Amino acid sequence: MIQAVRLRKHYGRTKAVDDLSFTVKPGRVTGFLGPNGAGKSTTMRMILGLDTPTSGDVTIDGKYYSELKQPLRKVGALLDAKWVHPNRSARSHLKWMAVSNKIPVSRVNEVLEIVGLTEVAHKKAGGFSLGMAQRLGIAGALLGDPEVLLFDEPVNGLDPEGILWIRQFMHRLADEGRTVFVSSHLLSEMAQTAQDLIVIGKGQLISQTTTEQFIADATQDHVRVRSPHAVKLREILVAHGTVTEDAVDGALVVHGIPAQQIGEIAAENQIVLHELSPQRGSLEEAFMQLTKESVEYHAH
Amino acid sequence: MTLLAVERIKLFSTRSPYWCSALALILGVGLTAIIAGTTETGHMSIGLTQLGSSQLALAVVLVMSALAVTTEYRFSTIRATFLAVPNRISALVAKTVVVAFIAGVLGEIIAFGSWGIAKVMSPTSDLAINTGAEWRHVAGVGLLYGIGAVLAIAVGILIRQTAGAVAILLVWNMLLEGLIGIIPKVGVKIQAWLPFQNANHFLQLGGADPAEQPGAGIDFKLSQWGSLAYFAGVAVALLVVALIVAKRRDA
Repeated sequence: MIQAVRLRKHYGRTKAVDDLSFTVKPGRVTGFLGPNGAGKSTTMRMILGLDTPTSGDVTIDGKYYSELKQPLRKVGALLDAKWVHPNRSARSHLKWMAVSNKIPVSRVNEVLEIVGLTEVAHKKAGGFSLGMAQRLGIAGALLGDPEVLLFDEPVNGLDPEGILWIRQFMHRLADEGRTVFVSSHLLSEMAQTAQDLIVIGKGQLISQTTTEQFIADATQDHVRVRSPHAVKLREILVAHGTVTEDAVDGALVVHGIPAQQIGEIAAENQIVLHELSPQRGSLEEAFMQLTKESVEYHAH
Repeated sequence: MTLLAVERIKLFSTRSPYWCSALALILGVGLTAIIAGTTETGHMSIGLTQLGSSQLALAVVLVMSALAVTTEYRFSTIRATFLAVPNRISALVAKTVVVAFIAGVLGEIIAFGSWGIAKVMSPTSDLAINTGAEWRHVAGVGLLYGIGAVLAIAVGILIRQTAGAVAILLVWNMLLEGLIGIIPKVGVKIQAWLPFQNANHFLQLGGADPAEQPGAGIDFKLSQWGSLAYFAGVAVALLVVALIVAKRRDA
């Protein structure tokens, strides 16, 4: 279990992480979601003791990372696939890591097999494609057979096959009872990967809930209605639910009344309808809505 | 011991230490060969055999040692290192020990290699190592390299960038300390307390041809072994500062 309590990281006046508290439970994949620059990577670096928090603290099963005797046996992390010397072979890279934590060197071949890099193990890591580098990073994270796994944007730049592989892989790790904490700026990706979600924006916690709950809350169903008598229809519908206007084409957007009932109401009042279509809110829209206030750099 | 093994694997699984060692060997022994080849028959001296090792090749060893750290920062493998070994001071001390040891061994190889090639090329010269001063002059090069490596690693940890660290080390060693001597009156007094000048002082043969030795004309206040201890003291002090900074700094 990972527990952060009132975690802060300030760089001068910039508050990269601001009063962030959350827990990550074992046996589940927990998504760490937020727009770029929300403080996800900074938080992960603090969990791993690379950066020192300005205040507050974060522990793994009650211990600071720096207190762990052989940390790779407890926590496996892939923060950046490029943290490899380009002239060093994949096997040498894993070998020094294994030796540093007294992990048997035979384990190196095992993890290379798991991620499918056995054939290129002797090749220089600098020549690896992003997908291969990502696999090497995962091999490094798995080396100590750790209970806790952290992945920072693991699917960034991967092809669909690679994405699917990582997704299934994380589920398998969680099913084995491990704590899996994975960050992303894509809700659609997290929706398919994570069971729990921790959502942050501008360094602050926006919500911590199950993915299911988050999506249900975020994507309310609504109905689009177009009619030549829109003004009249709107007056009638307001009594039953909330009605807003689509900014683009002026269609009515109705929340809280099923499409069927809207049709019946229109018929009773002899109003012609040109469109009556139930809509399901998109995840990305919902996420944008939620984090709109907390995006650091806007495009204008 | 585990950490020493880790740093050994890391160092020898990249190519730069091999290239730097080869380059240091070629430059050090090569310069001696050129000197031996151009010196009048029978006039080669022990003092002339170590100019290549103690001046030219030392610079390459400083670069190699700094690279051992700066490449870790360059490719962020230092973060991977700190993830595997959260005790940063242990990790960096282990690296320093390994690199300094390798530099020391390399120093002995270059020093005796230089002496050997001079003996082969100028067989009629008196190149027998008899006195304590002569032994110090040749075998002392390894000590110089080991201490120089510690100093270079400290600079590497502090600066973190290859170009910056290498520029500082080369300008400091090859230019700055020598140029300070140009300052009228006080220059020579300052030089007596500069680390690389003291390193040169340690190697000085004394006796017949002191004027040709690097560091000549400086009025050192320390004994020759005292100068070596002073050089080592500066290197260790710098390393301690670097370790404290590395421990506090975000990786």
